[in-house]
Amino acid sequence: MVKHTPRIGCFALQGAVEIHRPHIEACGAEFLSVKTPARFEDVDGFILPGGESTTMLKLIETFRLWDSLADNFARKPVWGICAGTILMAETVLVNNNLSSRDQTGGQSETQKSFGLLPITVLRNGYGTQVESAQSDIDGYPVSFIRAPVIQETGDTEILARHEGAPVWVQGKGDKAKYMATTFHPELTMNFPSPMHKKFVELVRRS
Amino acid sequence: MYIYRKQKPVNKESFISMGRDQDSNKVINIKTGLAEMLKGGVIMDVVTAEQAKVAEQAGAVAVMALERVPSDIRKAGGVARMSPPELIEEIMKVSSIPVMAKCRIGHFAEAQLLQQIGVDYIDESEVLTPADEEYHINKHDFKVPFVCGAKNLGEALRRIGEGAALMRTKGEPGTGNIVEAVRHMRMINAQIRKVVNMDESELMTEARDMGAPFELLKMVRELGKLPVPNFAAGGIATPADAALCMQLGAESVFVGSGIFKSDNPEKFARAIVKATAHYDDPAMVLEASKELEGVAMRGTEISEIDEPMLMANRGW
Repeated sequence: MVKHTPRIGCFALQGAVEIHRPHIEACGAEFLSVKTPARFEDVDGFILPGGESTTMLKLIETFRLWDSLADNFARKPVWGICAGTILMAETVLVNNNLSSRDQTGGQSETQKSFGLLPITVLRNGYGTQVESAQSDIDGYPVSFIRAPVIQETGDTEILARHEGAPVWVQGKGDKAKYMATTFHPELTMNFPSPMHKKFVELVRRS
Repeated sequence: MYIYRKQKPVNKESFISMGRDQDSNKVINIKTGLAEMLKGGVIMDVVTAEQAKVAEQAGAVAVMALERVPSDIRKAGGVARMSPPELIEEIMKVSSIPVMAKCRIGHFAEAQLLQQIGVDYIDESEVLTPADEEYHINKHDFKVPFVCGAKNLGEALRRIGEGAALMRTKGEPGTGNIVEAVRHMRMINAQIRKVVNMDESELMTEARDMGAPFELLKMVRELGKLPVPNFAAGGIATPADAALCMQLGAESVFVGSGIFKSDNPEKFARAIVKATAHYDDPAMVLEASKELEGVAMRGTEISEIDEPMLMANRGW
């Protein structure tokens, strides 16, 4: 149990970071944006934000953050959003921008990830930006932006589906501290979103 | 260290009307949403699929598919148009990150083609030869989001009024000279500070003088910032240039000729990405600057450019 005010750290090398602040603060938690190993130690739970997963991976490699992040993730709750879901997945398939249209695919490529959740995700699974859309999950408006698609799930709890595919999942057992959403609740200015609430709860209980 | 963007704490409620959606003003719309995801990143100009791969490998958050980079457009002269569709598609095929492309100012038919191709963002850009000297594109008509350049607050709000989901400075593209981007960034910051401190009764007159939509000006006064993200573009040629723009309040940077006109594009691209991620840490920016083995593109003094080739003056 986290006894003090939970400190939620958003991994801030690239992506939509500050926009989480009002949601987290509305849950009575503290929001930090973190970029370095020293700061990772300060937080009780991590948000891997929306952004570009390839850019984040490149920066993690450049600044040699992999081991320190993996070590922190093993001990603390993590919530991946869109690009963050990709970083958390066990298997990542890469869809290039036109592969949904030309039949040649391009889905055979894979990309490195932390493998925190037993899921297989396909990057840009819906297509390019013109396929981006808003929808309601649990009565809360959310945005799918060049979103990945969770194609397969292992032992996980599916908290929400959209068009048949899981879009909000949580691990089980040891992995119950991990959750992932392929959509963005943080772009909705009704504070806090049910997903932020759920994650702060996870951190409080851990 | 003094960082410009920390000028005013953004209050919770102030987010509410950012990039408003027609149906629900509580949700940042999908178009501006993608711009939110590109924050803290580098968008790189590329002219071949090969360069697009280099850019993605170096950590670009998006690429801008072009036939020629701005410095070559300057050299070549003549009319600069939208890139050939087959080139854009080729670049899309090898990229997993968002692909942007430029259309001429006012050329809504070029924009329709780009939307048909399925690019992720359209830049209605002064880098190309304008197709309409009076009217910009009505960007509300499109599903694909638009980014536009601005030199000052009035211009930025006119573009947002027409539906732009992301703004950038105009700078002076293809020069490797940061001076114009800095001028535009500082101008917009100063005008925002002025508006924030105004009495509400003064706003209409200010809207008239600036030629800005009143409602958007009111929103700027409440938010203390533009209602959509603002990136820097035009003349960024070193990691320090990127750090300068970010500290002045840019939320990401576009790098055009700077990368693939340098001696070692791969190293250059990586260094700019690194400096942008840690823009507020001089030790990191220094490290990135030292890693460059080549020298930056030569650059052009703005006063050496003939008037008709001053791209920042295109559009209004």
